[in-house]
Amino acid sequence: MWLWFSKLGSPKWFYEWSGKWLPWLVIPMALLLIVGIAWALLFVPPDYQQGETIRIMYIHVPFASISLAFFPLMAVAGTITLVWKMKLADMVAKVAAPLGAWFTALALMSGSIWGSDIWGTWWIWDGRLTSMLLQFFLLIGVISLRSALEDSDAAAKACAVLSIVGCINVFVIKYSVDWWNTLHQPASSFSLSEEAPNPPEVWVPLIIMIIAIYLFFAVSLILSTRNEILVRERRAQWVQDLVEAQ
Amino acid sequence: MIEIIQFSSLSDFFDMGGYAFNVWSVYALFFLFFFINVYFPLLKRKQIIREQKRRLIVNKETATEISGS
Repeated sequence: MWLWFSKLGSPKWFYEWSGKWLPWLVIPMALLLIVGIAWALLFVPPDYQQGETIRIMYIHVPFASISLAFFPLMAVAGTITLVWKMKLADMVAKVAAPLGAWFTALALMSGSIWGSDIWGTWWIWDGRLTSMLLQFFLLIGVISLRSALEDSDAAAKACAVLSIVGCINVFVIKYSVDWWNTLHQPASSFSLSEEAPNPPEVWVPLIIMIIAIYLFFAVSLILSTRNEILVRERRAQWVQDLVEAQ
Repeated sequence: MIEIIQFSSLSDFFDMGGYAFNVWSVYALFFLFFFINVYFPLLKRKQIIREQKRRLIVNKETATEISGS
């Protein structure tokens, strides 16, 4: 276990291992995206209330649900940085913040475009929307905190602490729809029965899209982490050999 | 479980039951964000390798100059 842990923490080992695994993430991601988008746009029956705008759900829900994973991810990476000073954990935490901001922004924008017709408004200070906007600003805060501190060790520690504190907001986002009953609907239930309000033809493509966008998240995070490794480990012999071989 | 295509014609498909702007702008944003977050890291990787290569060459040159003089 400890051997595995220290191995995973080695940037060189992660670089080689992720290079081997990347194609096995990219191929299923591409296939699932094609199947999921085609299904969502062409085959899903229009909703009896929302009509064709139901197709927005297949982008909005995956991005919104995955954007909740960023603060826990950064908090775990931050804890590992604080306790074991593992270099790789801080690299992951650093590249996760901007990606999280992109994901949160897309969740907010797609929700806004969806709501503009269904709710008749682009924006409302509802619990879910407000806490999601707060997450976006918190992520911007983490990014600027890192760039504001010149000492990279101090920046890593400060960002780790902010990420751990920021996790509180994830609970607020998650339960906001139950605490404050305003416009945003609570989480839906899914059932295998054809008579259920959400039959499989509605949620199966949604599951496909969620997996596809999780893979997209993993691919983008790994690509950026590999870049970060090349920059921070530039004095290591293996990076110099790798650069020369290119 | 696979249904038939929900649209009777291509223009029906583009029209999205009158919600063309909402549906297509969300999918356009998705493709834009997807492209940015996959393409930019790849572009950055090329830049990093190019820069480090240049730095390695400069380091070697100065090393030989010092040992030569």
